[in-house]
Amino acid sequence: MKTVEEIKAAIEAAVPGAGVEIVPNPSVSGQHSLRLDPATARAVGKFLHDDTELALDFLSNVTGVDWPDKEIAEKVKVTRTVTKTVDGVEQSVEETVDETRKRVEPGCLEAVYHLYSVTRKHGPVVLRMRTVNRTGQVSLPSLTPVWRSAEFQEREVFDLFGIVFEGHPDLRRLLMWDAFTDHPMRRDYVEPDDFDYEPTAHDEVLARAQAHKDAAGQGTEAGQ
Amino acid sequence: MSNLPVDEAIDPLTVTGRPDGWNRPPLIEPDGEGELLEVAMGPHHPSTHGVFRMDVALDGERVIRLKPVFGYLHRNHEKIAEGISYLASMPYTDRLDYICPLTNNWAYALAVEKLTGQEVPERAEYLRVILGELTRFQNHASSIGFLIQEMGASGTPLMYAFREREKILDLFEELTGARMMCNYMRFGGCRVDPTAAWLDKTRKVVAGLYGFTEEVDRLLSGNEILMARTQGVGILRPELAVNAGVTGPMLRASGVNYDIRKVDGYSIYNRFSFKVPLGDHWDVYDRYMIRLLEMRESIKILEQALKDIPGGPVMDPKAKIRGFRPKPGEAYGRIEAPKGELGFYLISDGGPNPYRYRVRPPSLINLTVLEDMALGANMADVVLIFGSVDIVLGEVDR
Amino acid sequence: MAVDEGLKIELGKQGVLVTSLQELYNWGRRNSIWPMQFGLACCAIEMIATTMARYDLARFGAEVFRPSPRQADMMIISGTVTKKMAPQVVRLYNQMAEPKYVIAMGACAISGGPFKQGYNVLKGIDRYIPVDVHIPGCPPRPEALLDAFITLQKKIDGQHLTGEGRPRHLDAEAQGEFPVPVQGEHDLEPASNPGVWTVPVVIR
Repeated sequence: MKTVEEIKAAIEAAVPGAGVEIVPNPSVSGQHSLRLDPATARAVGKFLHDDTELALDFLSNVTGVDWPDKEIAEKVKVTRTVTKTVDGVEQSVEETVDETRKRVEPGCLEAVYHLYSVTRKHGPVVLRMRTVNRTGQVSLPSLTPVWRSAEFQEREVFDLFGIVFEGHPDLRRLLMWDAFTDHPMRRDYVEPDDFDYEPTAHDEVLARAQAHKDAAGQGTEAGQ
Repeated sequence: MSNLPVDEAIDPLTVTGRPDGWNRPPLIEPDGEGELLEVAMGPHHPSTHGVFRMDVALDGERVIRLKPVFGYLHRNHEKIAEGISYLASMPYTDRLDYICPLTNNWAYALAVEKLTGQEVPERAEYLRVILGELTRFQNHASSIGFLIQEMGASGTPLMYAFREREKILDLFEELTGARMMCNYMRFGGCRVDPTAAWLDKTRKVVAGLYGFTEEVDRLLSGNEILMARTQGVGILRPELAVNAGVTGPMLRASGVNYDIRKVDGYSIYNRFSFKVPLGDHWDVYDRYMIRLLEMRESIKILEQALKDIPGGPVMDPKAKIRGFRPKPGEAYGRIEAPKGELGFYLISDGGPNPYRYRVRPPSLINLTVLEDMALGANMADVVLIFGSVDIVLGEVDR
Repeated sequence: MAVDEGLKIELGKQGVLVTSLQELYNWGRRNSIWPMQFGLACCAIEMIATTMARYDLARFGAEVFRPSPRQADMMIISGTVTKKMAPQVVRLYNQMAEPKYVIAMGACAISGGPFKQGYNVLKGIDRYIPVDVHIPGCPPRPEALLDAFITLQKKIDGQHLTGEGRPRHLDAEAQGEFPVPVQGEHDLEPASNPGVWTVPVVIR
């Protein structure tokens, strides 16, 4: 099978203007992936599906990944002027100090596709796409028109992560009920507080049951 | 009829887009005579596959639309797994496809081994193959039993299937301590070493399995009612099957030669000689037949594995099974589970818990084509077509 | 009027059957419990195994699984009840005719079990409907389900037809139908039925 670099070259030759980026995978599995530009993703998908040499006709797995906004603390060297008393005389001195600055790296939602070939019996080729952010611009092109197996899996990603797949023929919630408004697989999802009674001695669950009681103003359990 | 609240009922007649390139059979339009009927089958219904709902639109007795509704057993496996360590997810995988816990263990162990680069000792590989094939055998046996049950043959074939299943479950119980939720495989091997007595007992049970396949073959394969009900019903074309990501016996019944045991050659499957049966009519009967033939191939693999199993450790002595932190990165590992391609996709951020944990459920994806197979069929055949897909809801909804 | 047990046995040997209406009624009730054919999750497979030849539930008069709730006496909650499924479970229970019984089979049906921390998992079915017998286990073995049947039979046998603690269907005041929870934007509403379930007090 072709390496990711060769696949990238093949895509760029076939689909002009396709911004394909290799995402290296440092793990021992060595499954490197290709990040597609959402604008050309469907054309690239069509090429990968139809190309006789690659013939990636089998889309195995579709999933979402949530990358929340990350706060990154960096140490920066800053030069500033300080007033100091040197030998009894006040002077302005330039000084270099370490300062911790916080920078927020905007998060995004990512869709990951694993492709195999049934005719050529090779794979996997991993494709990824990223949304602009996690709140407003969360749409990606649907690859369901190319591979039908994405139909339910993209619905699931829409349900649990909230990625809106444009061009999906039937984008509804798959697992949760229709009136549900949250996207529970997101990292910042707050679960409903229903831990009002906990007979087990599981630490984390006990802590949540206690939090529920504190919130409800019930205090500690009787008899403790 | 449907006693579901109005807001939950979906109108199956609202047809949505049908992109080109899917090779779907054409939609059937109502012939205008008589009344259209909308039936919500499930989530509680008499078939044996658990809580699953189909919204079916009927023109007389013919199915003209069918929309599956999922989520009645959505147990948040993936969300829970992201909050616990790698090892702690192992018992949860048992509960995915609860008829075949050991293949679920295997797929998960394989994915983690890919992520961390652990080696598995040879004896453990043999054990995995033995347990995996026993699991495949009992899954196909029960699946045939359930299929016949759904044709209305209440009891008998399922009783025969469960008689065999109990024998295999006894082996599992003796080895792992549990009938169903075995929790047996570990990253880098297996949990306990079987005794020589267990292996002997397994050889005896395996020797008796041929008789069961013969019995099923004689009882059912030429049965007039079975043939009349299943031949030519629920046809799935190979192009559509590949495009829709159908895997496992369903795909091979549609004539596509794709068995991950042969394609990936994971574990030690390349050491055994076995055949991959393929269907040529692509219907429900072929799916029944493929399962029967695969059971025979499983026996072949079992006999070879039980003959050759070497001594040695069942756990890599250097393997870390708990408290490890894989390097940042990701891995996708897959095996040929009895129902199709079962894959686990793991992303590590260097912490003790997986950052993202995803199960690729064969049962869910095989259901993509349910509507295509059921279009134009009679209502009574829908249950049969659904039964031939062989799903387990624990895996569909996770 | 109670009859002396020894005298009853002695009369039985002579071919005279002495019994009370209560005993006869309970005998009939306990030996023909028809369960509903209703499986939820993993435990359902063990429930099927219980009905098969090796464990043979038929010995207890309970092998006739009815697909319709109208014809069933007992509901085995065999597995995880999710929040998406809970309204349907309550509705099915409401559709069953009295007298009706519930066995909560397995850790999930009792408390959510291993999936307790899931956002879509109901933390015990007894928040919405009354449960007669709980069987722990994940999943409980078929023997455990048989034991639950025997426990239920004993419970039925010990019931008095009049006075306090009489069966619900003989009590005109007792509630037979329970409100069905509604699926809201974040959770089921209400989160539990206070008429059936209150937060138990743990005494250590």
